[in-house]
Amino acid sequence: MSESTAAETLAREALADDLAFERDRILQPEIDETRARAVLADVDPRLRVVMSFAFAAAVVALDRPAPLVVAAAIAVGAVLAAGLGARRLLRTLAALDGSMALVIATLPFTTPGRPLIALFGYGASAEGLARAVEIALKANAVALMALALLGSSELAEIGHALRRLGLPAKLAALLLMTVRYVEVLGREYRRLRTAMTVRGFRMRCSLHTWRSLGHLFGMLFARSFDRAARIGAAMRCRGFDGSFPSLAELAFTRSDAIFLGFAGGAFAALLLARLA
Amino acid sequence: MTSEAPIFRLTGVGFAYGPGRPVLDGVDFELRAGERVALTGANGSGKTTLFHLMMGLIRPRRGRIEAFGAPRATEADFFEVRARVGLLFQDSDDQLFSPTVIEDVAFGPLNFGRSPKEARAIAMETLSTLGLAELARRATHRLSGGQRRLVALATVLAMKPDALLLDEPSAGLDERNFARLIAILDRLPQARIVISHDADFLARATSRHCRLVDGRIA
Repeated sequence: MSESTAAETLAREALADDLAFERDRILQPEIDETRARAVLADVDPRLRVVMSFAFAAAVVALDRPAPLVVAAAIAVGAVLAAGLGARRLLRTLAALDGSMALVIATLPFTTPGRPLIALFGYGASAEGLARAVEIALKANAVALMALALLGSSELAEIGHALRRLGLPAKLAALLLMTVRYVEVLGREYRRLRTAMTVRGFRMRCSLHTWRSLGHLFGMLFARSFDRAARIGAAMRCRGFDGSFPSLAELAFTRSDAIFLGFAGGAFAALLLARLA
Repeated sequence: MTSEAPIFRLTGVGFAYGPGRPVLDGVDFELRAGERVALTGANGSGKTTLFHLMMGLIRPRRGRIEAFGAPRATEADFFEVRARVGLLFQDSDDQLFSPTVIEDVAFGPLNFGRSPKEARAIAMETLSTLGLAELARRATHRLSGGQRRLVALATVLAMKPDALLLDEPSAGLDERNFARLIAILDRLPQARIVISHDADFLARATSRHCRLVDGRIA
């Protein structure tokens, strides 16, 4: 009896240790998440998915500067309200704008129109500049809104939401399983890669390198198949019959109503700006 | 009569992966209520295979599997067995597939027809009894190895099984998680079969010993 109590005390200590360790390890992202969660966590994820798509569609349809500026302002407001961490926000935007930089930089020179300046004999047109600004504004507004509405939730939550919005069960299952196992696969890859490194493998442009990488990825595929079979078996052991039951009980809440109010206001503002 | 029947009775069970020498070749075995059986054997001797046969994940080439007093042969037969027997897999990553701990623990109860509310309550209760309640909302892939094993055990226990099949439950656990697992297993009433290569663990967690040699239980 006393032995089992001692073991339990030990067990409790181990759990406390584990939790402290985990907290330290994921402190940074967790701060971001809790702040974002405070505002939007209670809003039905389906509503957030639908609204971010609706906003994107509306913004893409805009063709004049005034409503675009309004749209960008709304998006900025949403991001501020969502309280996402600044670092993550800037990193995402940098990735987006970095990939668009070439388009934005070359557009003024490739669009015919009234010349603005000339560079190395090539003229930049005012129309081209306007187009570039428009594209940058649209892309950033849509990205910011998506970040505000979807960035604060786990991808899995979005998966469940999409499923309830009518996405076929198989696609939703693919998304959820990918979210869950991409890291396991990554770990397996790193383990194999480390094992190769400790035996002196270095990336070169040689047949040996390509063959070894082929083996590595072949092995990853083979193991993934095996793992998929084991996961399937484990699921069947717990009565899995092909459908994914969900724990969430969804109901229209006050947060949803408030969110809908804000969304309605935002779309009204866009419409007014468009008509003005 | 049925209460007297053993949980499992295997008679002359044989199995082979593809053609060639069978892995299992005439296994006779019985598990009765309350028994704590250690199952040992060399690598590749068919220990895990035997578990998979008992859960109906694979079907025997020959022989007969009875569970809870009835012969089991079809998928429907085994669906019932799976509701009453919990299998803990060697690799907990195979078992925990849901995004969060609570969803994973509730998966079994949901499959067997519990409402979301009941399933959530069962899951929380199971986690609490194992001292894991704090982990409920955590992402399964962010758990440490020890936590993963214990949560996997919780997913099995949430189905309130009559028997447990534990496939190397102590493998890879550090000293303290090992002690924790022993303490948990000690409190559980279920009959169980434990596969392990750890003599110390088996001595503390089981009372009867079976060894698989040449496809039979010696």
